[in-house]
Amino acid sequence: MLKNFAKPGPKIDVIDRRCFVRSAASIAGLIAGFFSGYGPGVGIPSALAQSSDAMPFERTPHFKDAYAQLLAGATPTEGKIILELPEVAENGNLVPITIAIDSPMTPVEHVKAIHILASGNPVARVATFQLTPLNGIARIQSRMRLARSQDVVVVAQLSSGEMTVATMTVKVALGGCQT
Amino acid sequence: MASNPRIKLPDIAKIGDVIEVKTLITHVMETGNRKDKDGNPIGRNIINTMTAKFGHEEVFRADLGPGISANPYISFQMRVLGPGVFEFAWIDDDGVKLVETAALNVVA
Repeated sequence: MLKNFAKPGPKIDVIDRRCFVRSAASIAGLIAGFFSGYGPGVGIPSALAQSSDAMPFERTPHFKDAYAQLLAGATPTEGKIILELPEVAENGNLVPITIAIDSPMTPVEHVKAIHILASGNPVARVATFQLTPLNGIARIQSRMRLARSQDVVVVAQLSSGEMTVATMTVKVALGGCQT
Repeated sequence: MASNPRIKLPDIAKIGDVIEVKTLITHVMETGNRKDKDGNPIGRNIINTMTAKFGHEEVFRADLGPGISANPYISFQMRVLGPGVFEFAWIDDDGVKLVETAALNVVA
């Protein structure tokens, strides 16, 4: 065991360290956010806590491509999808997600497909669910991986051709590294 | 290699109700982005497709990527029109298909 440990491990060490640093940074951010909830006087400059809150998470070019490809030029509507995700995920390897869309699910008017995109994962397209009127209610649940804190974007395709989206930011304490 | 598929349906469903169908299967969902301890890449092996049929008609389908957690759990809803048998199939990157059936018990 010790011998193995002493061997100069190549690239994986670098990746693991990067992962670790990122996780540590996000945990620090979470702790700062937690304390900021107690208001001023705790000793953490509130500007610092706020700046990490306000900072948008960088979206990968891969995600932007996948998103544009899904929409195919259409302008999506918003506010029709109920997206349930934890605000803070302790374990990025197992993040529960629930997606519901208010639809009568009749042959005339139903949800055809629901796509989950992760803006900060190495592979942006997480899953596509294809529904039929027989589902009765457009509501699905699954569990996903998040490599780091990021926006999760859900795109739903309705039978009318309308595309509708919902976005939620999830802070990840321990990243599902290399997902 | 997928194993141990589990399906959860209500014990008894009423015609006209909408029920929740829960599915779970054991699978590593290897992303293809990881490396082993010698630095060699570990090849991707995930369940890429899950389908649900009811009475030989496809009612639900999931195309999965590496962003789905190991041991994929998927639940969806189903309108009860009558008794019948669900047939679920999971297909992984090696092309291995695992099929499981579950009967839906219905009262009028």
